[in-house]
Amino acid sequence: MSTITDPPQGPFKVSMLFNDTRYRSLTFQAIALVLLIVAFAYLASNLMSNLAAAGLNISYDFLSNPSGYDINQRLIEYDSQSSHMRAAWVGIINTLLVAFLACITATVFGVLAGVLRLSNNWLVSKLMAFYVEIFRNIPVLIWIIIIFTIMTAVMPGARSYLGEDPEADLLFGYFAFTNRGVYAPAPIWGPGSGVVVGVFIASLIGIFAYRKYAQHLLYSTGKLLPVGWPSLALLIVPSVLAYFIMGQPIGLDAPDPLANRFNLRGGIQIGAPLIALWFALSIYTGAFIAENVRAGIQAVSKGQTEAASALGLRPGRVMNLVVLPQALRVIIPPLVSQYLNITKNSSLAIAVGYADITATLGGITLNQTGRAIECVLLLMLFYLIISLSISTVMNIYNNAVKLKER
Amino acid sequence: MKKSVLFGAMTVAGVAAGVASAGTLDDVKARGKLNCGVTTGLVGFAAPDANGEWEGFDVGVCRAVAAAVLGDATAVEFVPTTGKTRFTALASGEIDVLARNTTWTFSRDVDLKFEFVGVNYYDGQGFMVPKELGVSSAKELDGATVCIQTGTTTELNLADFFRSNNMSYEPVPIETNAEAQQQYLAGACDVYTTDASGLASTRATFETPADHVLLPEIVSKEPLGPLVRHGDSEWGDVVRWTLNALITAEELGVSSANIADMSAAAGDNPEINRLLGTEGTLGEMLGLEADWAKKAIMAGGNYAELFEKNIGETTPIGLARGLNAQWTDGGLLYSPPFR
Repeated sequence: MSTITDPPQGPFKVSMLFNDTRYRSLTFQAIALVLLIVAFAYLASNLMSNLAAAGLNISYDFLSNPSGYDINQRLIEYDSQSSHMRAAWVGIINTLLVAFLACITATVFGVLAGVLRLSNNWLVSKLMAFYVEIFRNIPVLIWIIIIFTIMTAVMPGARSYLGEDPEADLLFGYFAFTNRGVYAPAPIWGPGSGVVVGVFIASLIGIFAYRKYAQHLLYSTGKLLPVGWPSLALLIVPSVLAYFIMGQPIGLDAPDPLANRFNLRGGIQIGAPLIALWFALSIYTGAFIAENVRAGIQAVSKGQTEAASALGLRPGRVMNLVVLPQALRVIIPPLVSQYLNITKNSSLAIAVGYADITATLGGITLNQTGRAIECVLLLMLFYLIISLSISTVMNIYNNAVKLKER
Repeated sequence: MKKSVLFGAMTVAGVAAGVASAGTLDDVKARGKLNCGVTTGLVGFAAPDANGEWEGFDVGVCRAVAAAVLGDATAVEFVPTTGKTRFTALASGEIDVLARNTTWTFSRDVDLKFEFVGVNYYDGQGFMVPKELGVSSAKELDGATVCIQTGTTTELNLADFFRSNNMSYEPVPIETNAEAQQQYLAGACDVYTTDASGLASTRATFETPADHVLLPEIVSKEPLGPLVRHGDSEWGDVVRWTLNALITAEELGVSSANIADMSAAAGDNPEINRLLGTEGTLGEMLGLEADWAKKAIMAGGNYAELFEKNIGETTPIGLARGLNAQWTDGGLLYSPPFR
């Protein structure tokens, strides 16, 4: 019900700004805007005058100076002679790495836990409820520290793998699990390895084409082709054949227990801080995603499930073909904010010594140069850009799966 | 320039807030309490004892300043700071003086706009390793994993040392000494590096200190001292001369045991008289009471007493005076004269 009032007549008077419904909301918005600008202007001028009083200025010149410190985990070339800017890039890439990994695993954990929580099996559903309630009700910083502490306390020290006659043997001769991280073999790309990689990529494309064809066949003729094992075969067989035909061009660089008296050398090292942070973020955010998934599934009318069952679909197919596609529309918007949370929570990395952007630019660089305001502004800008980019990508995906109204 | 009245008023308030921090001495007197930044816990230098009372060598400096300014050695609010937060805390005015094993460097003094008032401990960066590793020199540390407190000069020295010796290492950045200790003992790093005094202090708290060795190399100069904000020279003078009073007191043989006698009346030694305020007006020049130095010395004793009580050879930390002996004993402690 709304009452319709006659539009006020007569010339414009100042009092109408407050009394006339046509102008009132605009007036208040304008006042709010002015107050906001004044508040920010006050803060900015306060900052500038305090800085001036302390004889300081705002300058980003320090970014091109040598940083002088080393970083343990780096995916790009970096040493202590590189610039602060380079150190910031190392941090940015590390942040993106852990955020990317954690988004994937959190989604897997979340979807599994969310679906299983609705299971008819009492034990399974209660276990999942337990997981969700425990993990989302304890702060993520605590989880990061707990997991890291357990890792360093429980795993064997790196030195137990070292020497001629080590206490612990490498798993399969290639893997070592120490309290400093996991050591895995690194591939060595010999001549001809490009062909193997090419074949592998081609077989991936092949799998897609085959699945598309199978789907097309199903929709047009109703004939159901097997998809699972042919895909697997396509994935493995050609690559393995190419590998042997080219004379085994790809070697493995295993961690070497004899190279050094302190640490294993060679191979790929996945540091304990990365593992702890990755796992903690995934398992914590996974609990939230599980709730989103559960809500999404329960939002799909029960009639859909019953109708699908009546058509003779198996429970797995009901979930995959009927329920989840509809549930996704409900799940994705809150999922976006969980991804944003992961990215932002990754700034807790410094608690375990993981060199993310907050630790390099906002930690060591800030400290060594004393340029707190400059560094924090850059950090804010970075997180803002990343968060907005994630939102944009997810919104595009959301538009693709949402209910099409024609 | 058009500005609303409100905006103008706010700007004035902002400027005033900026200027208000200029007179730290008056602020401290008005507050009746000295805000002193210390470590989050480094036994011997600054750590709470079993009763929650802060004690240690750096704490002694804070208490001496509080006694000199306020006449009460307990009128100190200790603010624990990490290597990362300490400079922000000082620059923002949260603390009046920072006494936290802080190395006096050019960029901190000049670029960060702080004023180091002197050196209360001449230190250098050392390395601690478990004995079982059989390492006898820092030159043998190629490939080691090193625990390091972030935001410190040691972080930069470490990078320089390994680079100049053509060695590689894995840094494990850590916030506080306590975390570093935990990581080091858990074997997450092979080496712990920080100031040699800090290593000695940390080792003293281990269950079996004898299982860990300090390597002979000292890879840097680390003059540690209290510091204040730039631009408030009066306050800087107060802290500087309080520290000098402690050092001079040792040189002149004034200790907490005999200070009551010596300050009762002017004695034969004119410098002691000037120091203790029985002659001249040094206290007044500083804006303090005439017996400010007497109170500062009585707070915890002179430099030697503070040293022996907190970190000296009779304590578990067991540091020798070494460079920190008086210049008359071949050390570097050399206070300008009280004149």
